[in-house]
Amino acid sequence: MLRWIMGGRGSQGTIEKSAALCIGEEQPKNCFTELQVLKGHFDIVRFLVQIDDFRFASAGDDGMVLVWNVETGERLVELRGHTQQITAMTTYTFIKGERPHTALITASSDRTLSLWDPDSGNRLQTVSDLHSSVKCLLVLDHLDVWLSGGNELCVWNRDFQLKCKTVHHRDAGITAMVDLPKNCVAASMDKEIMIFKLNLSEAEMSILAIHHLADHQDTIRSLININNELFASGSHIGELILWDTVNWTIQAYEHILWEEPAGDGQSEIRIGQQKQSEMSIQHMYSDGELITAAVGSGLYVYNAVMKSIVAYRKVAHDSDILHTELLDNGRVMSCSEDGSIRIWELQDLPLAAEPASTGFFGMFGTFGRSGKQAGAPTKKLLEVPGLRSLELIGDLIGHSGAVQMFVSFGVKGLVTCSADHLLIVWKDGKRESQLRSLALFQKLEQSGGL
Amino acid sequence: MIGSPDVVAFTKDDDFGDSYTDPCLLPAEFSVPLFPHAANANPWTKTSYAKFSKDFILISEFSEQVGPQPLLTIPDDPRVCGTFDLNYFSLRIMSVDYQASFVGHPPGCSYPKLNFVEDSKVVLGDSKEGAFAYVHHLTLYDLEARGFVRPFCMAYISADERKIMQQFQQLSSGFSKASESLKSGNRKAFANELEKKLQDLEYTRTVLHKETELQKMNNGCYSTQVIEKANELANVEKSIYEHKDLLRQIMSYPNKKMDTDYVQYEPEKPVETNMVDHTFSSTHSINRDKCVETDNASQQLSYTPQLIKAKSAKCFDKRLKTLEELCDSNFFHQTMDHLNLIEKTFRGDLCFIYTSQIDWALLSKQKISSFLFEEERHGEEEENSRNLYDTDHNPHIALPSLSNLSGEPMSLESYATCVEIGHHKLELESMEGPPESSTSDITQETSEEAVDTETKGSFSSDRSIEALGNISPANPNGFVRRSTNEVCTVTLSEQQGEILPGAAPDKTSPSLGYKLDVYTADMFETENLVQIDTACCIGQDGFIYEEPLPVPVQQCCEDTVVKQEPLSLLQGDPALQVDYIFGESGLPLGPSMGLMLPEESTSVHSEEMARMNIEDVSDCTSYMSTSTSSDRAGSPFTYGSLITVKQKKKAGNSALRFIRQYPFAQQAIFCVLSGQTLVVLGAEEGTVRKLVNALSIFVPNLGKYGETVQPWLTTSFQLTDLQRWKLIGLQRVASPAGSSMLHSLSRYSRYIGILDCDNKTLRCHPYRGTILGHMADHRTQIKRGSTYYLHVQSMLTQLAAKAFLYTFCHHVHLPINTDDQGSVELRRTNFLLQLGYTEEESKIIQFLSELIKQNFFQWPLKGLSQSVFSFSYTTSVLYKI
Repeated sequence: MLRWIMGGRGSQGTIEKSAALCIGEEQPKNCFTELQVLKGHFDIVRFLVQIDDFRFASAGDDGMVLVWNVETGERLVELRGHTQQITAMTTYTFIKGERPHTALITASSDRTLSLWDPDSGNRLQTVSDLHSSVKCLLVLDHLDVWLSGGNELCVWNRDFQLKCKTVHHRDAGITAMVDLPKNCVAASMDKEIMIFKLNLSEAEMSILAIHHLADHQDTIRSLININNELFASGSHIGELILWDTVNWTIQAYEHILWEEPAGDGQSEIRIGQQKQSEMSIQHMYSDGELITAAVGSGLYVYNAVMKSIVAYRKVAHDSDILHTELLDNGRVMSCSEDGSIRIWELQDLPLAAEPASTGFFGMFGTFGRSGKQAGAPTKKLLEVPGLRSLELIGDLIGHSGAVQMFVSFGVKGLVTCSADHLLIVWKDGKRESQLRSLALFQKLEQSGGL
Repeated sequence: MIGSPDVVAFTKDDDFGDSYTDPCLLPAEFSVPLFPHAANANPWTKTSYAKFSKDFILISEFSEQVGPQPLLTIPDDPRVCGTFDLNYFSLRIMSVDYQASFVGHPPGCSYPKLNFVEDSKVVLGDSKEGAFAYVHHLTLYDLEARGFVRPFCMAYISADERKIMQQFQQLSSGFSKASESLKSGNRKAFANELEKKLQDLEYTRTVLHKETELQKMNNGCYSTQVIEKANELANVEKSIYEHKDLLRQIMSYPNKKMDTDYVQYEPEKPVETNMVDHTFSSTHSINRDKCVETDNASQQLSYTPQLIKAKSAKCFDKRLKTLEELCDSNFFHQTMDHLNLIEKTFRGDLCFIYTSQIDWALLSKQKISSFLFEEERHGEEEENSRNLYDTDHNPHIALPSLSNLSGEPMSLESYATCVEIGHHKLELESMEGPPESSTSDITQETSEEAVDTETKGSFSSDRSIEALGNISPANPNGFVRRSTNEVCTVTLSEQQGEILPGAAPDKTSPSLGYKLDVYTADMFETENLVQIDTACCIGQDGFIYEEPLPVPVQQCCEDTVVKQEPLSLLQGDPALQVDYIFGESGLPLGPSMGLMLPEESTSVHSEEMARMNIEDVSDCTSYMSTSTSSDRAGSPFTYGSLITVKQKKKAGNSALRFIRQYPFAQQAIFCVLSGQTLVVLGAEEGTVRKLVNALSIFVPNLGKYGETVQPWLTTSFQLTDLQRWKLIGLQRVASPAGSSMLHSLSRYSRYIGILDCDNKTLRCHPYRGTILGHMADHRTQIKRGSTYYLHVQSMLTQLAAKAFLYTFCHHVHLPINTDDQGSVELRRTNFLLQLGYTEEESKIIQFLSELIKQNFFQWPLKGLSQSVFSFSYTTSVLYKI
């Protein structure tokens, strides 16, 4: 494996690093100047799901699901019923009486699945006594069924009737699922990706494992859809593989290696110890073209169409990044175990400047598995055309525990959930002030004066 | 009851000649206020000839055994009354009892009848004693008393006649509540007493019956003993009947008469249920009653009926019940508490009471922004009223509604009449020569009332006891109208030379400055008035003798109108607007009339006031005000951790020291005012607490209990704490626990300013501007903490006013069309720039504005929306000494 040294070394590197981490208090591009703390959970809040353009649900280890109004910060309903922590949550939209109706499906460690009405707070359906707890949920809107993945894959219809299920899998179980064309579903299980096919032609619906992708060397941490042609998976040791959604072949293979400069003995040892977690792809997000991946405590932006790296930053947070997203305005947001949320902007690198990060980057721009094995030559990063940098333009500090996840409501704000049991809604203070003024004058008009 | 023989004829020393002022002298309003500050003299220290040192409440009784006698005073301190002869004054106030409460056997009725008489409210004065009193007469029932009634009166005694006159309504409503409470208790006690008596009688009857039967058997039917016994039995029977009737009467007391908002005392309810029994069952028996009683009142179980001697002694040697016995003990103490409250409310000089009332009335209209820096007053009032039975109980609160009843047409009308008649009279008088007492007629609206007052007027000139008003509370309209007349009567009695030493004009002028100070100094203080009380004693000296002859027409009218001011002042908005209209219609009443004290109606003084209000910092006046306020006795009662103005003034002292010591005080204040939480970090608790205390006077929306300030925190804080607290005192510790604290400090450093007491550094957003320079000038000439507090308060009020303006100027916030969000932003900025604020100062205004909006929305549905926490991304600067 070849290593290319880029950027400065030693002290220079630390300066650069600290500069990256400490943006300072002057953040003109950060519009989140107002926050609202939402209290209600009693344990780690792990999941956020947007219900519609102003509501979202939060769930976590206390087994409670709370529905909030993002505009007012009001707690709309409390969905109580699960006795143990929530392990997965998703929205389920179906047509009921001409109108689309959004419900929530939750899975819990108490081996139950529930369907909730977020308007009334009623538990519409519930299934208990499952063989294993469900770790992931996938709704197939076009088939009007939904899937639950645990140690087995179950297919359910709208009325919570089990249509079919797969055989029992290993203890690892299914950790993630994505929807593929032709009624197929990809599910990640430890180091493998299984392709299942739903058979609808017969009277009884059935599901079959039809393919088996075992190219990852380590546990798959993340599995996402990119677009109709591609889906991506990321593993614990930094392997990022792009797959074709139809024939399930590898379209791109990237092995992300964050490494310290050579010659630094202590660092080498440290790398040896911590290598894996540093490169673990915890989370990925794609807007159809760009993929952003949380790799250890670093960020990696990849263009899935061009099959090229766009930007990266090895140390984006003080500890592992748990969730990352691409925002509408071309910005990247990430949240981490260090309790902060950071906003990044993709900026063109100045021609003369060095890339913005120290460290090594091993990249195998290959196609197909064979290419990887052959050890295709890696390119020096500077030679990558169009490489851009991730510049920190703002950070949101408020949580005192790991920020598990966030949901962006666009201009309405950003909701974050954390291990400190809190949810925080971050808003644009100017916009909110404006809205309050409007509401004030509206109220004045209604009441005819003060 | 008390008839005319009881009234002692008083002669009055004719000091008319002494008080006659040369009409050619400048009226007091035009004289330059001369305050002999060199002598460091307080114009209020001059004692009047009243023999008591401050106002007090006297409860007297007209005892059937010894005649009028004082029972108790509030405050219960012999020093208050001094050498004032309570016995003598009791005699006087009891002797004007008007009540035609006929109790006993009315003609044509064979049974004693209880009358439910209205209380009477009288104002009387004894100019010789220098005492004036609002006298509230009431009767309580006592089975053993003559006619079953005991006349009592509660009197509010003050040396300041105008105080009594002008606070009449408030006093009246306050005392009515007290009286109602006493009477409720009394009815309960009386009913209990009757029950017992009835049991006695029933028992006696059985005993007598047995005895008669026995004697009949022994001696035959027609022996004298038997006949005697039979007569006795008949008497007892009659007595039983009478008592039952009394019981029925007392039970049937029209409860509906009581205000609906008046608390229905639970103890009374069982009695009421009994009452139903009484009235609806003709075959009512004591036994049955007893059963009911056992359910309800356990203490009655212990009562054993006693035999009643044939001739029940109505002798003079028997002990009469005390007031506490007469009324149920609970009710009695409740009443005493209430009277104490009344005493506290009316403590102090009239002008102070006025200003605080005006202040309160105006502040209550400004709830939208007043919470920012002056909420505690509102809270205090609420607290006060909560202490009582209901909100209406508080005179302050009761007042506006009352005067609203009178409506503004009245004041308008009477005003017009004043002008008209006044003008007329003046012409007449200028021909006739010296003014006559009838000038007071100018406010008369109806001839009937004119006669009324006329008689009173003459009455008052003849005797030194002036029954200036005798008002039945039955109809509020008449009530208010009458009181208007009374106000005129005051003028009348003044003119008859009762009061008024020649020095009066000189005395009043310097008082302006004082009043102003008191006004601001004690804005929200009702209880800390001990010191000012000396002032009330000379209140009557402050009377300005208005000679109607030489002054222009307007002067006269103005005077009259102003005399009515207290009534219209506290009316709703319309009344205030009327005042404004007056001002515009060319009369020399400034637009600020509505805010003026009666004596200070002329434009000269209003200007003076305005000027002083703005400048505020002249040392002599401030020194004076503080000398009276700072060494006051401690607040007599504390409401938990309620923030009082006294505390705030003390904080002003620390604040003054702070701005002198720390050159970066402005930045720290900016930090607090702009809503950035300021953390005061230090190892020593005392220092930190002192600094927090000093800075707390700048905290907007401090809260009634200072909820937004955490004076001493020893653990690390969270984000939610920053949202809740805007000023935190934090302990600096060296231990590992301290590191987590420092961690949270650095973690949330963008949201906080850090004032390090130990190293004397401040790290916060930079401030550039001049306003805070005025607020916190470390070379300030202000010497006293309380003066400084007032200075700060006035500047904060200005900020709050600007914030209000900013919030409610719709053109600043509303987009002209749908797609010009950007221009709104620009207009906002320009608006604040036009107001003369720098970028940083704009932040203060914006923060206050957000608070106002938040408060505005939270009014109807409190607690629903949680507060938001705003901040900005600005680099902090480290300041060192």
